[in-house]
Amino acid sequence: MVRDIDVKLLTDNIKEMCIEATHYLSPDMCAALKTATENEESPLGKQVLDSLSENLEIAGKEMIPICQDTGMAVVFLEIGQDVHFVGGNVVDAVNEGVRRGYVEGYLRKSVVGDPIERINTKDNTPAILHTEIVPGDKVKITVSPKGFGSENKSRIFMLTPADGIEGVKNAILTAVKDAGPNACPPMVVGVGIGGTFEKCAYMAKKALTRDISVASEKAWVADLEKEMLEKINNTGIGPGGLGGRTTALAVNINTYATHIAGLPVAVNICCHVNRHAVREL
Amino acid sequence: MSKNIVKVPLSKEDAKSLKVGDYVYLTGTIYSARDAAHKRMSEALAKGEALPIEMQGNVIYYMGPSPAREGRPIGSAGPTTSGRMDAYAPTLLDLGLRGMIGKGKRTNEVKDAVVRNGAVYFAAVGGAGALLSHCIKKAQVVAYDDLGPEAIHKLEVEELPAVVVMDSEGNDLYLTATEKYKR
Ligand code: SF4
Repeated sequence: MVRDIDVKLLTDNIKEMCIEATHYLSPDMCAALKTATENEESPLGKQVLDSLSENLEIAGKEMIPICQDTGMAVVFLEIGQDVHFVGGNVVDAVNEGVRRGYVEGYLRKSVVGDPIERINTKDNTPAILHTEIVPGDKVKITVSPKGFGSENKSRIFMLTPADGIEGVKNAILTAVKDAGPNACPPMVVGVGIGGTFEKCAYMAKKALTRDISVASEKAWVADLEKEMLEKINNTGIGPGGLGGRTTALAVNINTYATHIAGLPVAVNICCHVNRHAVREL
Repeated sequence: MSKNIVKVPLSKEDAKSLKVGDYVYLTGTIYSARDAAHKRMSEALAKGEALPIEMQGNVIYYMGPSPAREGRPIGSAGPTTSGRMDAYAPTLLDLGLRGMIGKGKRTNEVKDAVVRNGAVYFAAVGGAGALLSHCIKKAQVVAYDDLGPEAIHKLEVEELPAVVVMDSEGNDLYLTATEKYKR
């Protein structure tokens, strides 16, 4: 059975989700920050982490965005194959939701219409829209406003099969060390391994939206996530890059099949303001 | 322990006395400027024009706020990455700029200019924009209005928390702080 969904529903929900995501972090992010604060050894690091908790409280209570960089709006739509959109164009509806969310929600407009001409579009559109077709008749929306202090530190490495797992570990550590204080640590590190150039980057981005308290379903990947988190925290970069034991809150890794000649690795760095709102229609 | 309150604009003596790792609270007047405003200032200088704000003794906050809700002076107001201003900072420091507030590493050129002019580089907590907005009591656009969040704002701040990450002798906390917690 085909299910009709009015695209106005996309607009209304995405508008609210832009505002929600920029003012409240998900429970897993809040919990991880709390645990990190308890365990941090550096006094200055602890002070930074305390400020972050206080910041979250003020943001939610007074409706001031958690961070002034309210990001570029990355929207994932997982569309059931039995869904039939009615009432307009999906892409326009998504952008209209972003426009309303950023204008009505007092969010910063940080998007320029052309990478070289650099004229601000004044409503934070266009969004970055990713769509996937999945079984069923539902639509899962994830809105993930991405800040660029950390986005700028993200990397892609086209490794060769001979580089193997050690090459992968090296790539992740290289990106994190290079990011250092610029990416507002404690970070969340999203990693894609395998696929093609663009698939790999997409997996890294999507990995950031996964609940950080949930490990990968693949045993070797879950082990790698754990090992890399420990290695990253052993760099000593710490909260704000001012030294400490909390450099990352989580490493989330996604993998996919790849070519006999390749081993792509993408590392999407996110700050502690790892924002995502999720809803299902 | 009492709060280490530092007056801004920053006097030569205060700048000299601040040491790397000091946790301070800035009170007084500062200016916001980020990428686009720095580019315009540099273009103005290249044309031999005057800058829209005085540099001597002043402190620039690398920050572009989110819009203010009714009744508030400013929206979320945390630091942006300083490194993108590295190409412009030495010139401004040579014109008398005494402090910069941002986040992240600087180049050796900036460090040399900091030492040469007895200036200070502070870090504010990145991603604490809601908290930091409470320390800003007044905000007024004083130049480049058309740049929106990237316009230069004059900011009255009260006890804005910041850490000295590079002092007037060129000591760099980002280089030394991690050692102690490395395993
Ligand atoms: S990196 Fe994250 S926390 Fe830092 S300024 Fe950008 S969005 Fe905010």
